[in-house]
This record gives sequence, C-alpha cells and structure tokens, in this order.
Amino acid sequence: MDYNVNERGYYDEFGGAFVPEMMYPNIEELRENYLKILNDQSFKDEFSLLLRDYVGRPSPLYYARRLSEFYNTRIYLKREDLNHTGAHKINNTVGQILIAKRLGKRRIIAETGAGQHGVATATVCALMGLKCIVFMGKVDVERQKPNVLRMKMLGADVVPVTKGNMTLKDATNEAFRYWINNPVDTHYIVGSVVGPHPYPDLVARLQSVISEEMKWQLEEHTGRPDPDFIIACVGGGSNAAGSFYHYLDNEKVKLIAVEAAGKGIDSGESAATIALGYPGIIHGSKTILMQNDDGQITEPYSISAGLDYPGIGPLHAWLDKSKRASYENATDTETLEAAFQLTRLEGIIPALESAHALAVLGKHKFKKDDVVVVTISGRGDKDMVSYIKYMEEKNF
Amino acid sequence: MNRINKLFQTHKGRILSIYFTAGYPTVDSTAEIIRALEAAGADMVEIGMPFSDPVADGPVIQNSSQQALNNGMSAKLLFRQLENIREQVNIPLLLMGYLNPVVHFGINEFCMKCEEVGIDGVILPDLPPDIYMVEYRDFFEKHNLHNIFLITPQTSEGRIRTIDKYSDGFIYMVSSASTTGARDSFSAKDVEYFSRISKMKLNNNCLVGFGVSNKKTFSQVCDYTSGAIIGSAFVNILKEKGTGSKSIKNFIDAIRK
Ligand SMILES: Cc1ncc(COP(=O)(O)O)c(C=O)c1O
Repeated sequence: MDYNVNERGYYDEFGGAFVPEMMYPNIEELRENYLKILNDQSFKDEFSLLLRDYVGRPSPLYYARRLSEFYNTRIYLKREDLNHTGAHKINNTVGQILIAKRLGKRRIIAETGAGQHGVATATVCALMGLKCIVFMGKVDVERQKPNVLRMKMLGADVVPVTKGNMTLKDATNEAFRYWINNPVDTHYIVGSVVGPHPYPDLVARLQSVISEEMKWQLEEHTGRPDPDFIIACVGGGSNAAGSFYHYLDNEKVKLIAVEAAGKGIDSGESAATIALGYPGIIHGSKTILMQNDDGQITEPYSISAGLDYPGIGPLHAWLDKSKRASYENATDTETLEAAFQLTRLEGIIPALESAHALAVLGKHKFKKDDVVVVTISGRGDKDMVSYIKYMEEKNF
Repeated sequence: MNRINKLFQTHKGRILSIYFTAGYPTVDSTAEIIRALEAAGADMVEIGMPFSDPVADGPVIQNSSQQALNNGMSAKLLFRQLENIREQVNIPLLLMGYLNPVVHFGINEFCMKCEEVGIDGVILPDLPPDIYMVEYRDFFEKHNLHNIFLITPQTSEGRIRTIDKYSDGFIYMVSSASTTGARDSFSAKDVEYFSRISKMKLNNNCLVGFGVSNKKTFSQVCDYTSGAIIGSAFVNILKEKGTGSKSIKNFIDAIRK
C-alpha cells in the first residue's frame, strides 16, 4: 500500500487542491517549490540547526515507569511538550518560515485553535523579523488567554474571528480570505496536515522529525527501532502524521489516532471527524468532514481547542480507509481523567489535546512487554483554567 | 442552444447579471426575486446556494448565506422552489455556490436536477479547471450545463488561454485580488487589467464580478468587457429595502441609466 502523496497531490482518493482561482498562484508557487527547497542542502542545514539549538531537539523519549506499571506494559512518552513554545507545532513553523524567506515573502498569516500554532508562528516571525497576523476564533481567544498574550508580546496581530462557531474552522476561513485579498508578499503557514496540496505533505514532512528521532531513541532504550504501538491525538493530524511518518510502511507497528469525542459521539457535541464524517471538501482538501444532509459543514465541539475541527487531514482519511491506522476517540471527561493520571503518576501536565491520546491507554489490552509510544504533543500550561475548574468540581 | 450562448449572441455588451443568495432575506423569496429581476431588465441571474463556509465571500454574502441557512434553505429546497421557474422567466439562470454541497448532493443528480428545472450554468469557485475537465465535464455536458471558470489579475496568460479553451458561456473575471464585496470605483490598476484581458481577444465573452456595485463601476467594466455581475450591492438592497419589485427596478435602473 502506498501512503505517500502522489504527483497530483492525492493520498489515493483524498487530498488535492480545491481552491478558488484567487488562491491558485500562491498554492501553485508553493507546490512548485516546496520539494526543491526541502531537498536543498542549505535549507536542511539551517532547519536542523534551528531544530537543535532553538527548538531544543531531539525531544526526549521518556520511559514512563509508573504509568507503565499502572497499565502493565512498557510506555514511552515522546516529549514534544518540552519543545520551545510548548508543543510540536514549532517543528512546522520553523520549517515554513525558512521556506517563506526563500520565496521572498514579507508577511506571515496563520490560523490557530489552541493558540499553540499561533504562538509557534509568532515566535518564528519574531526570530526572522517578519510581520505576523494570527486569526483565532473569539471563543478560543477567551479559553486560551495565556497564548493570546504570548502572541501579542511576540509582536503578532491577533485577529479575533466572530463568525460561525468562532473556533478553528472559522479562523481558517478568515486566513483564506485574508490570503485572497493579499495574494502578493504573504505566506500562509498552515498549522496542520490540512488544506490544499501541498500543505498536507509539506507539514507531514516537517513534522516527520518526531518519528525519525523515535527510531534511534527506541533503539537506545529497547534495542530495536520499532515499537508495537504508536498513539497520538488528531485534530488536523500533524503530530500524529509526524509520529507515524517513518513507520507507515512497517505494518507491524500498529498506529492509533485519537479524536476528540467531546461530550460523546452521539451527543451532538463532538469533534470526532472519522467517527461522524463523510467524504467531501473542506479548506481546499478532499477528505472526511462532519457535515449535515445538505453538505453544510457542522460545528464541532471539544473541550480542547486544538482538536475542535470538523475535518481531518487527507492522509488520515486514507490511513483510516486503508485500515493502516485505527481511529479512536476520547470524551472530555476521559481526557481530563487521563491528564490528571499522567500528572499524578509522572509529574507531567499534558496539553488537553495530548491527554486524548493518553485516554485510550485503558481501552487496550497491551501485553506486558509491548512497547507503546504515546506522543505528548504539548504541555498543559495553556489549559490550567480547564484543569482548575475540573479540580474544583471533583474537590481534589 | 443554451440560453447563456443565446444571450451573448443577441446582446453585444452592457450585459448585467445579478447575484442573490437563495433563502435570503426570507426562505421563500427565490422565485419572486428572479421574476422581479427579469421584469426590471436584468439579463441573467445567478442564484447563490448558501454554504456554511464561503471562503471566497466578503461580509455581505457571508451574512446572507448564514441567514439563508438559518432560514432553512438547502439544495433540495432550492430545486423544489425552482420547479416551475421556466414557466415564469426566460433569461439565463445560473447556480453559484461551493463544491461540498454539490458533491454531497451527488454530481450526477445535481446536474440532472439543474437541467430539469432549467438551469443553464453553474459557478463553483472552489472547483479547479483541471479537476472539472477530468471528473465533472461529462456530467455537465450531458445535462447541457455550462461550468463558468474564474480568472483574476494574478492568473497567468497561459492559464487564461487554457481556461478560455475549457470555457463555454462566458469567463468570470474577478475584478481584483479580493473576496466578494461592493466597491465605489475601480482603480487605474484594475482598469489596466480589464484592458489587458480585452486585448487578449479571448474566444469567450468576459463578465466582471466582485466589486461592481453602481453605475460608475458598471460603466468602467463595460468599456472593456461584455458586462458585469453585481452581488453584494444587490444583497444589500434586499436587506435594506426588501424584495419588492419596485426597489429592485430602481436598483437596476440606477445602474443602467
Ligand atoms: C498540543 C497540541 N496537540 C495537538 C494539536 C492538534 O493538532 P494536530 O492534530 O495537527 O497535531 C494541537 C493544536 O492546536 C496542539 O496545540
């Protein structure tokens, strides 16, 4: 089975670039240049140096002893939460800002949900001296306040979006509109493996450093590069894509992606796209998305702003259809429990997004000597308000 | 012959096409607005199919789309409302919208329904020309429907030639790098683009859309092209003055006079 994007920008039937003509020149410019740039030695050198000295890579692969004892298996945590700015998102923005510079762009736009991608974008813009505009749903502006303040301190303009559900989908719409109105000089740093080709492939390649490191780190820890399971959360799917990337062709490694079930799959308040969606087109990509009988995109819900998206990257639509990865989901409550479990067993406060991945550990029967890698995509600082509320409710 | 081709054969310029969002301001005003537009002298009508995520649209059409959806508009309902439209009007009618609802409806069923009710063309800004040619053209042609492609000031000459080759009916010239929305006048740079395209002597007629709103902008584009499409400015009239045939007539007259 082929899990790579083909020449036309598709993962089998999913992907493509369904963009209005107004966006075509920018997408085409990126499509023509991205592989050339990624394969250029000067890009590679600059990218890996920044990942090492600025982001702090490699991110540790940590053997979680007490969590392992609890689940009676061997659990390793891929610590993307320890990256500069606190999530995997920075791997992508460092790469894309180098591309933007090589394309001669002066202004950067981005959408953000949890604010992690916005912060990671504002950070690299400060680093490179480029102007930065971040679109963020008003609901997310309110529930992820610390990240809004960080972006502002970094010099970015944060534009609150008051349309629709005022979350990630609406922020992405606004970024598209801004790009249509400002086609020259502007690069759009898409934050996940979503959007028109070449974004899904570009972002997956930039995030693939996660599984590249996993290989040699596992070899050091266990004597072999391959785990039995890799578990990662999926919003658009970039940390999962990066975690799976170098294992896609190794079918012995079982891949588990975890979506946000919100208040439950059947509650009407959920963001579990694979569980609830149908094929269609969202944000320039043919993929699976949540929609009603009339093909209107439905409003998702999740406690976690970063997973609150009604679509999923086309690579994931294909990994699901081809059964290469299994798509599971976790509710808000299961997620909160998992976050507190990790905190109390390992002293690590995960992002709400990442806690979704942890929340399925109890739903599997792992063998004692199975090697299970869970990607901790980000840290929980931004989610303290939600965590404190939960503690108060539970009288912790 | 398709009514769009007939229009361009008989009218050699100053063609005025009007866009409105189906289901706005009220859910059942569709046929009434189309009738009023024909009576007022519009040459063609683009019926907007509202979509939840209209990324190519500015605030006015975003709002009318959201309101229309809240009012209960859907593709199914729209086709039902259009069932007898050909007993009422003769001008060409197009549907304009986004790809996802069409894909969800089923492309073959969609084209069939269009032909059944008497639709002449479809405008789907997020359907790229290459995909149209490979995956959609057969369905459109089978049902005597034209797919209308967009070009912008950033579209390269080579690509414009390709789009001209693929097109039948007319080419939709987006006035400038922008989402939809009314403007008071076009700049010298915009006019230079109209003139540049006009000098290319394309096989298809061009209509300019996005930004045309009044007598001045209509005249500016008519100097170089076959006419214009007015959307946001008309949706604003519906919002402010309602669907009465008198205010619709006044609006068209003010542009044409
Ligand atoms: C910490 C963290 N994890 C995961 C995600 C979800 O994104 P993706 O599915 O692209 O990894 C986000 C998005 O904001 C995030 O901040």
